[in-house]
Amino acid sequence: MKKIWCLASILVLIAGVFTACGQNNQLETQVISNMDKEYYSQLAEEGVEINVANWGEYISDGSDGESINVVKAFELLTGIKVNYINYATNEELYAKMKAGASNYDIIIPSDYMISKMAGENMLAHIDFNNIPNYNNISDDYKGLEFDPEDKYSVPYFWGTVGIIYNKNVIKDDNFDWEILWDEKYKDNMLMFDNPRDAFAIAQIRLGYSLNTEDTKELEKTAELLKEQKGLVQAYVMDEIFDRMGAEEAVVAPYYAGDAVSLMAEYDFLGFKVPDSGTNMFVDSFCIPATSKNKKAAEMFINFMLEPEIGLANTEFVCYSTPNTKTYELLSDQVKNDGISYPSKEYLNSKTEAFKCLGSGADKVMSELWTEIRSEVNIDL
Amino acid sequence: MKKIAAAPYQLWMAIFVIVPLFIVAYFAFTTDSGAFTLENIIKTADYAPIFARSIGFAALATVICLIIAYPLAYIIANMSKNVQSTMIMIVMLPMWMNFLLRTYAWQTIIGNNGIINNLLSMVGIEPIKMLNTSGAVILGMVYDYIPFMILPLYTVMAKIDKSIMEAAGDLGCNGFQSILKVTIPLSMPGIISGITMVFVPAISTFIISKMLGGSSNLLIGDLIEMQFLGTSYNPNLGAGISFVLMVIILIVMAFINLIDKSDQEEKVII
Repeated sequence: MKKIWCLASILVLIAGVFTACGQNNQLETQVISNMDKEYYSQLAEEGVEINVANWGEYISDGSDGESINVVKAFELLTGIKVNYINYATNEELYAKMKAGASNYDIIIPSDYMISKMAGENMLAHIDFNNIPNYNNISDDYKGLEFDPEDKYSVPYFWGTVGIIYNKNVIKDDNFDWEILWDEKYKDNMLMFDNPRDAFAIAQIRLGYSLNTEDTKELEKTAELLKEQKGLVQAYVMDEIFDRMGAEEAVVAPYYAGDAVSLMAEYDFLGFKVPDSGTNMFVDSFCIPATSKNKKAAEMFINFMLEPEIGLANTEFVCYSTPNTKTYELLSDQVKNDGISYPSKEYLNSKTEAFKCLGSGADKVMSELWTEIRSEVNIDL
Repeated sequence: MKKIAAAPYQLWMAIFVIVPLFIVAYFAFTTDSGAFTLENIIKTADYAPIFARSIGFAALATVICLIIAYPLAYIIANMSKNVQSTMIMIVMLPMWMNFLLRTYAWQTIIGNNGIINNLLSMVGIEPIKMLNTSGAVILGMVYDYIPFMILPLYTVMAKIDKSIMEAAGDLGCNGFQSILKVTIPLSMPGIISGITMVFVPAISTFIISKMLGGSSNLLIGDLIEMQFLGTSYNPNLGAGISFVLMVIILIVMAFINLIDKSDQEEKVII
């Protein structure tokens, strides 16, 4: 008898945990109330499921209690079930797709990876007739180099790369990329843990194109990165959030949008987009060629382009939006902070977007990166 | 009848052990277009220093685990039965938590602004650099894998008949001598399986070095991860490195089993 009670109370506990999670969806219901019901209910009765693969922390998920859970809102509106999966780098996404085990319907790779995937026939042609909200995208972000004919991708966010620094330690923001080679910050700097972004920084310093395919130039770039290695505390991606926030490190290159959200949380952090130039990136929605639910995927993209949904995502993620209707809804403070939306002049003259490297240069870069990362120096 | 009962297990072994081994070998000896090559294996030689470091770290972590775990297992095995099970539960307790979380916790403990350094600064001692060093990686390995050393040691020691120890005492051994001449030889199978269970996962670990080792403590597991999921996509090279690593582990295990066989009839399965 005692055992039954024990079991019963455990069940009650577990049930409690689950019901606690099933909060009300007031915000979500509200935001979808004036959307095109007819369009969004097309697949409602078919029990469709889509697999969405996205970067970590790259969608409004309601986790802070005030924002909208965008995925939930989409499910409520369309009756389509969304399985949401995270990845950390473009290369990881590529590897997972190449391995063949993934069945994603929506992926959000960056510029250079889009052209690489398109070149390898990994992406489906998007039917823009199913995405009426595509009109919301600013012409500045259409027909970009990685997808000149706008066949495979719909821009989600864009941004620049800059330097996050601890204002308590680095008082003067009169620095450029050299700061990442400054002995003063030995063991206190972080660096990108992916070859493209890491190489880009060294390439800007050397005055090379970010898309150079010249083996000599790539080798020189790798030399510069090896020189830096002794100063680097760790090669990380999203771990930057923790390490900069806990003051474990004082300077790190990262994406502008993440810098904005970090700065909102820790007021001792600053961000600078170096004057000498930087990489501008675009992350876009794509549909893998293997998708079996293309129509539902297109509906998801259309939903993400709704002005209010775009606003929720932009406010949560803090990256820069290519959606003109969403941009209009932003507060002046965000529009003019100088970080998220740099001047057109700077963007046009000082930034370069990544293009897909030819397979030869791509291989050289991968090998050089392995070499940089695997160089041995013992420090017990 | 026995054969039929074993069939599902044999099938399982074939699908999930044998076949993957062949797939790894296939990738290791081919190029990305599928042609035969030895390049992946030859290239592994470039990473010899990383192999050396991984083996060194894993060996050091195993030795430290053994030194810490042996007396502990001995003490637990000589406690009263009730206390024993509580103690073993305490040993297991950290394993109820996610492995990543436990490793992550060390970042906050040994970081430059971590708990230890904060305590030190309170008494006026300069902060010590602990995180992002090789020492931190070994610490992480010892911490994460020590239960795998304690458990087999304890299991073997708990089975040693107390009267044998008493007999050793009666025949003139002091406490230390009887441990040396009776307990250690009798607990050899536990030592061997403990070593195996710590050394093998430690040599191929990747996340510990990534989280605690900083920029310059890349281990062989990290290198393999980079080739598959990470930032330099080359599964053929990754498979080549894995293949060489398997061979190395196999050789090391053969050696350990050889030591074991010389004075024990009980064999340990790798």
